[in-house]
Amino acid sequence: MLFKQLKAPIEQRRFAVVVVLLFLQIFAGKSYAYKIYVSNEKDNTISVIDGESLAVIETIPVGERPRGIVLGKEDKYLYMCTSDEDHVEVLDLATGKVIDSLPSGPDPELMAMDNTGNLLYIANEDDNMVTVVNIAEKRKLEEIPVGIEPEGIGLSPDGKWLVNTSETTNMAHFINTETLKIEANVLVDTRPRVAQFTADGKEVWVSSEIGGTVSVIDAESKEIKTKINFEVRGLRPESIQPVGVKLSSDGSNKAYIALGPSARVAVVDMESYEVEKYLLVGPRVWNLEFSPDQKFLFTTNGVGGDVSVIDLKKQRVIKSVKVGRLPWGVAVTQ
Amino acid sequence: MASLIKSTRALCGLMLILVLCMVTSLVSAKDMLNVTVTYLTTQEEQQVPLSLLDLVIEDNGRMGARLAIADNKTTGSFLGHEYILEEVVFEQSDDINEQVKALVADGRQLFIADLKKDDLTAVADAAPDALIFNVRAQDDILRNELCRRNTFHITPSRSMRTDGLAQYLSWKRWTNVVLVTGRHAADNDFAASFKRSATRYQLKIVQEKPWTSEPGARRTDSGHHSLQQEVPSFTQFKKHDVVVVADETDEFGEYLPYRMASPRLVAGTQGLVPTHWHRSQEQWGATQIQRRFQKLANRVMSERDYAAWAATRVIGEGVSLTSSNQAAELRSLILSDKFKLAGFKGVPLTFRDWNGQLRQPMLVVGPRMLVTVSPQQGFLHQRSELDTLGYDKPESACDKF
Repeated sequence: MLFKQLKAPIEQRRFAVVVVLLFLQIFAGKSYAYKIYVSNEKDNTISVIDGESLAVIETIPVGERPRGIVLGKEDKYLYMCTSDEDHVEVLDLATGKVIDSLPSGPDPELMAMDNTGNLLYIANEDDNMVTVVNIAEKRKLEEIPVGIEPEGIGLSPDGKWLVNTSETTNMAHFINTETLKIEANVLVDTRPRVAQFTADGKEVWVSSEIGGTVSVIDAESKEIKTKINFEVRGLRPESIQPVGVKLSSDGSNKAYIALGPSARVAVVDMESYEVEKYLLVGPRVWNLEFSPDQKFLFTTNGVGGDVSVIDLKKQRVIKSVKVGRLPWGVAVTQ
Repeated sequence: MASLIKSTRALCGLMLILVLCMVTSLVSAKDMLNVTVTYLTTQEEQQVPLSLLDLVIEDNGRMGARLAIADNKTTGSFLGHEYILEEVVFEQSDDINEQVKALVADGRQLFIADLKKDDLTAVADAAPDALIFNVRAQDDILRNELCRRNTFHITPSRSMRTDGLAQYLSWKRWTNVVLVTGRHAADNDFAASFKRSATRYQLKIVQEKPWTSEPGARRTDSGHHSLQQEVPSFTQFKKHDVVVVADETDEFGEYLPYRMASPRLVAGTQGLVPTHWHRSQEQWGATQIQRRFQKLANRVMSERDYAAWAATRVIGEGVSLTSSNQAAELRSLILSDKFKLAGFKGVPLTFRDWNGQLRQPMLVVGPRMLVTVSPQQGFLHQRSELDTLGYDKPESACDKF
């Protein structure tokens, strides 16, 4: 095609060059700004926020009760736990259309993708299972029996360990991803939610919503190193319910913990485990995600119906972006 | 004689498979810590609900304990703790004191009491060193003058319920109340409790009226004709915002909505009801337990099922954290600040250390939907806002807990 165009008359060539330039400009613009995807549990939609303007640029209808969301390889697809559909839906980000669904087991809630981008590990909240799904083959590979109400899924940086939390069993299960067998169970505080490995793979941080703490587990010995407690003056301790956990890997050594109904995000020093600051966001803040350069943090505020944008350098909330009802999961493109 | 039913039935196929699958990662059976939970209830005539929509429940409460035993077993399988549920049904002629002493002599220490007030007190006095969890009796006197050191109350007291309702009425500024009371002692207890709540939350009882007519047959072919005559004439009340009905045996309260002389709201034991569990409760992850229960029991989860589930989970939490099946160790753990139960109510549930009552929010529900959850905004307390519900520490007449 291009060869033919080069052979075409001058006018046509010029036109083609303009088209190519325009295309490049659009393309460059698109690749420069990242996008933030937010699942709205109540509205059955995904809000798309432009990373540059911080405005909602699109709202995409998807299946019933979208919760945990994960971006696929090269940010081509968004995988969404559409919990009440009992499957994972695949959103094509180029067209903004749901193009496929994957078997997930009943009531999928949170999931993680392995480093190759071929596997999804999915927590089935209603079924006491973690389901392993091969994305390309659209096939369940394995169902791993775990505790009651599996919730959080954290994958170690080397991909060798999967940590799953179970809300009513109050445990973090360490699953060997080669054998898909549980090798250790760590009892944590009540109603564990999110599990996250540090970038060096040495620690796993597990939030306990009702217990009100974050347990830091030594990934090697599988023992709890320390527990982080939270206290906000003037707030009842019951309202401080840690859920989302995000651990920085940019050398700043900061952890960010979403504290649910208290409408706060705690900033924790990852060396001393001291809470340095509480940032006011919106009520029922649940999940968190960094911008690709880790300069910003995005929080989903369920009851508030918005996303707070935190400038991490200034440690300040700089904007609130209105999205759909009950925003739940958040994912950011590279 | 008491019939003893081992609860192997409680394990639905799924749980069995689950437990079997986990065997590989278990400690060997000989190191297992066995925890026996004994569920006590009595043989009694079932009450037929007034609405045809509500079914008579034969295994009320017990199914909740069975679900929680399955939950506990899953956690226990990772920790080397085995849970056994045994169910003891007293017959009317049984001497409860003797039966319970025999169970204690046989090593039982952990009881769930699905019993009325007097039977509960009899059990508590027959087993002073045991732990007893009350999942049924709402009487405030059991938390006050008749409290016992060995007895924890999972089910909320009447005062917690009526405070939960009164806070909402007060928040709505529906302050003028007519109180209609049925013919049973329990109805009078509910009415007395509501009056106490009305004083606390500045509601005015403008009129009181007893409902005295005999209930008669619950199922008739043309009952609505007579009700359409009777209810309007009965409800010629002074100016009011809401009618609070005290009808714990479900004899007439359901007849009032839509039929009264003035188009007012009905609340209390029917209509807008304060409760600690309801089939419409889906918040804070409750959908999961509702679905688990439905799968196991083939019906919706009742209040008593929820209380029995919570009681059994309290034991499970205590055993997980202490690795002990001894009543004394479990008692001190569940009264410590280490104990927090996740009960699908959005806040940690803990026990009041002055009378053993489980602190919990009250759901305020309509027949088909949750309306609100008390404590309401603005009702403050120096310790926990949950302590705005029921008898607070300074008011408590309990000195034996």
